[in-house]
Formats: sequence, C-alpha cells, structure tokens
Amino acid sequence: MRTQKIVFALLMIITLLCVLPLFFILVLLIYHSLPVLNLRFLLDYPREGMRAGGIFPALVGTLYLALGTAIVSLPLGVITAIYLNEYAPKGRIARLIRIAIVNLAGVPSVVYGLFGLALFVTLFHFGVSLIAGIFTLSILVLPIVITAAEEGLRSVPMSFREASLALGATRWQTIRRVVLPNALPGIATGAILALSRAAGETAPILFTCAAFYLPRLPKSPFDEIMALPYHVYVISTQVPHAPLSIQYGATVVLMGLVFILNTVAILWRMRLRRVKKW
Amino acid sequence: MKQRSVWESFIEKVIFIGGISGIVFLFLIFAFLFKESFLFFFQYPWKDFFGGTQWYPTSEPPRFGLLPLLAGSLVVTLGAIAISVPLGIACAIYISEVAPPWVREIFKPLMELIAAIPSVVLGFIGLVVLVPFLKQVFNLPTGLSALAGSITLAFMALPTITSISEDALTVLPREYKEASLALGATHWQTIYHILLPAAKSGIIAAIMLGLGRAIGETMAVLMVTGNAAIIPYSFLQPVRTMTATIAIEMGEIVRGGLHYRALFAIGLFLFIITFTVNLIADWVIQRQKRVSG
Repeated sequence: MRTQKIVFALLMIITLLCVLPLFFILVLLIYHSLPVLNLRFLLDYPREGMRAGGIFPALVGTLYLALGTAIVSLPLGVITAIYLNEYAPKGRIARLIRIAIVNLAGVPSVVYGLFGLALFVTLFHFGVSLIAGIFTLSILVLPIVITAAEEGLRSVPMSFREASLALGATRWQTIRRVVLPNALPGIATGAILALSRAAGETAPILFTCAAFYLPRLPKSPFDEIMALPYHVYVISTQVPHAPLSIQYGATVVLMGLVFILNTVAILWRMRLRRVKKW
Repeated sequence: MKQRSVWESFIEKVIFIGGISGIVFLFLIFAFLFKESFLFFFQYPWKDFFGGTQWYPTSEPPRFGLLPLLAGSLVVTLGAIAISVPLGIACAIYISEVAPPWVREIFKPLMELIAAIPSVVLGFIGLVVLVPFLKQVFNLPTGLSALAGSITLAFMALPTITSISEDALTVLPREYKEASLALGATHWQTIYHILLPAAKSGIIAAIMLGLGRAIGETMAVLMVTGNAAIIPYSFLQPVRTMTATIAIEMGEIVRGGLHYRALFAIGLFLFIITFTVNLIADWVIQRQKRVSG
C-alpha cells in the first residue's frame, strides 16, 4: 500500500510537470511581449526590414488562409462524414476511407508543402498564391473536420432517423432536414479546429503561398501573402537583430489566436457532451 | 416520385465521390511525390543517395548523400521518443486510472491544448529558452543541438502518446480490473501486472504514432537543431533532419532541377516511412479493439 501511495504521487507529479511548460510558455510570451502588445502593433505594417512596426499584413494573410481553408475543407469533410456515418458505415470502402484518413493525418506537414507545390503551384499554374495555400491546408485539415463531423453525426440518435424515414422521407431528406441540423453543433467544433490548425501551420505554406516580406494586402486569391507563422519564423531566424519584443509580440498573437480557437472548441464540445437534449 | 429517386441517386453519387476524396488525396500525394522524384534516380545512382555520407547539393558535381540527414532525423526522433514515452505512459496511467474524474476533466483538455501549440511557436520558445540553457549547462558554442530538437519534439509527441495510451487503458474490459482487485491485489499491482500488459499493443501503437509525428515534424526542429548536415556522434552536436532540409532548400532552387528532384525524393521517403508507421499502428489498434471489444 505504501508503494502504491508513492507511485501514485510520483505519477501525479510527472503529469503536472508535463503540462507545466504550457503555462510557462504562456506566461513567458505574455510577459515579454507586453511592451509592444497594443492595437498599433496589430494594425501597423512592418517597417525597417521587419525590425519595427507591426504585423498587420501577416495577421490579415493568416485570417484569409484560415477562413479559406475552413470554407473549402468543411463541405468535403462533412460529405465524407455523411458517407461514413449514414451511407456505408460498415462496408469495405468505409474501412479503406478510414485508413486513408488516419494516414492523411500522419503525412508530415512539409510533405503537404511539396504536394501543394507540385500540384497547385506548378501543375494548376496558381503560382505561389493564397489559393494554393488554401487548397494545400484544406487537405491537411480534412481529417480533423471529418473526425469532428462524424462525432456530430453519431450524436444524433438513431430514432430520429427512423422516425423521419417512417414518415416517408427519403434518405437524403432525412439527412438534410433531421440529421444535419442536429449534428451542426458538433460540425462547428470541426470548423473551429480547422481554422486553428490552418492558422498555425508553417511548413505547408513555405513554398505554396507565404511571402518573406510584402508590405501590402493581397488583392486577389492569386497574390502571395504574408502569414503569421512564417513571419514568426522569419523574424526569429532570418532577420538579424530583430528586436526580441517584436518576435515575442508576433508569437504571442499567433499563440493567442490558436489558443482562443481551441479553447472555444474544447469548451463547446464539453457542453455538447454534457447537455444532451435527448 | 420518379424525379425524386433520380435526385436521391444523384445525391448518393455525390456523397460517395466526396466520401472517397480522402483516398484520392492520399493517392495523389503519393503520385505527385513519385512523379517529381523518380527521374532523380535515373540521373543519380540510388546507391549514392541511400549510402552517401555527404549532402553537398551545390558542389560540383553535387552530392546527394542521404545518410547525414537520415542520421539527423533518427537521432532527434529517438531522443524525443526516449523522453516522451515514459512520461506519456505515466501521464496516461495517472489520467485514466489514478486521477479523480474532475482532475481528469482538466488534464485531458490541457493535453489537447499542448497538441495545438503551433510548431513554429515551440521552435521560437526552444530558440529563446532551451537553446541558451543548453549552451550554458553543457558549455556548447551555440546550444543548437540534437538534444534541443529532441526535447522540443518530446513535448510535441507527448499529447499523442498520452491520449492513445489512455484510450488503450480505458477500453480494457472492466472484468480484468475487478478480478484482480477481488483477488486482493492493490490498485497499483493491478495497473502494473494486469492493465499495462493487457494494453500493451495499444501503447505500442501510441509510441509508433508519436514516432511518426516526431519524424515528420519540421519547423520546431529546424529552428533549434543548428542544421549542420553531418553525421552526429553525440546528442550535443548540431544536426540537420530530412524535413528541415526540404524546408530550407526548396525555397531557393530551380523547379525541375536535380536538386529539386532530390528534395522530392526525400519527401517520398518520408511519406513511405510515416505511411508504414501509421498503417501498422492502425492495424494494432484495430486488432486490440477486436480482442477487447
């Protein structure tokens, strides 16, 4: 019994130590970025070779990227989830699709970058552009959207479907009017997580859409853009003598964006799991 | 009525086509990596690629020896796994077996948040905190080293390993635990002698997925490992991983050239590694589900 007490205490300490860096990182980032963290930093263009000024174009670029990715990946992810959950939940094809999704989730992010470069930038002649970045990231976040959408669909009780079908509705009518509306909150989680992931990724946009320095906003989907994660990488490793406060500032904005989105998604999902209407 | 059934079957086809898009994309990724790299092996002997010890893409003639990059990836990844596996399993045991439910409800989302930290943010933290720390402690010239990469990656792989191991422990039939406790074993004895061995295959899958995640990680590693393409003999040396090489060099070369193809060949190699790892891990998980289901 004494061994057990010691071991359990040890396990608790290890777990605490493992999540501690998370708080350490947050505190450190916020503490060091306080001197620059104000509205002007968010709304100002970078100046003096990115050694002064703000992060406005990078922030806008990342918002475009994240929103575009969510818009492209959401329908595709939801359709896949519908197929898996409503049309062919047990078949051999469903099994293959699941394996493919697990594997898509495991493809290294830089390999997505290579793929985007070969297909969207080169073969489709999109060039290094916002749209090439959006398509590349959309495939990357697809597994996240599918998983969340499937959880949403699964949470709709079978009896809802049976009732609708019994009333003479067709399969698609049932899905569209009964299943999807009830699964919507779960699907929303997927959309938020997709936004967050697309906002934080760097390697897939390196060769598909990100510009080193571009002091203007994109005018069309075929423009290059600045993006916040790449900007963090650039000012912390490629620009000599960039002030640390600016580096911390850009990082904390990126981290803040991703964190807020994820926290919203997690809390939202917890609420959904707890408050089941049926 | 007829029109309606035409519409229904049309929708069904659309959903089917959308549904298999995951398979199509996976295949396309492979196809394009292959398309852009296979010519490389006509122009450059594959023996020199897989067996070469020098990566000098701009020398005359260029040398594309994969070994230093492969060694770099392996050193950083294995170091990360050595750190994160014991910690991740400890976290999984604590969260699934020891912690009271309300504590579990706190730790699980925290792990999710750790998994959500963008890799460039971790790279930045590594650069401003970990690297100077290692420099001081080990008296290194810069602190950029394989060890810095391993520690950063260990933190990134931790949530994967924890959550999958935790799943493996949670899906075990209750009877295992009840029988052991009824025979007079303590809770810890039950965990150590019954639950952990029973969840072994799931935990192995967790380790493999952590490994897959670690070997494919790019930005964080690129920022803290120093990127010297030499075969390392110690954890305190700078190394350059395969992923970092692609990220650094792809931006500045001619599309379609030999160097470009060499980088795609590395990409294909990485894809095959992670694909295999994921496939095996998935197979192990499915098998365990069937056994304990």
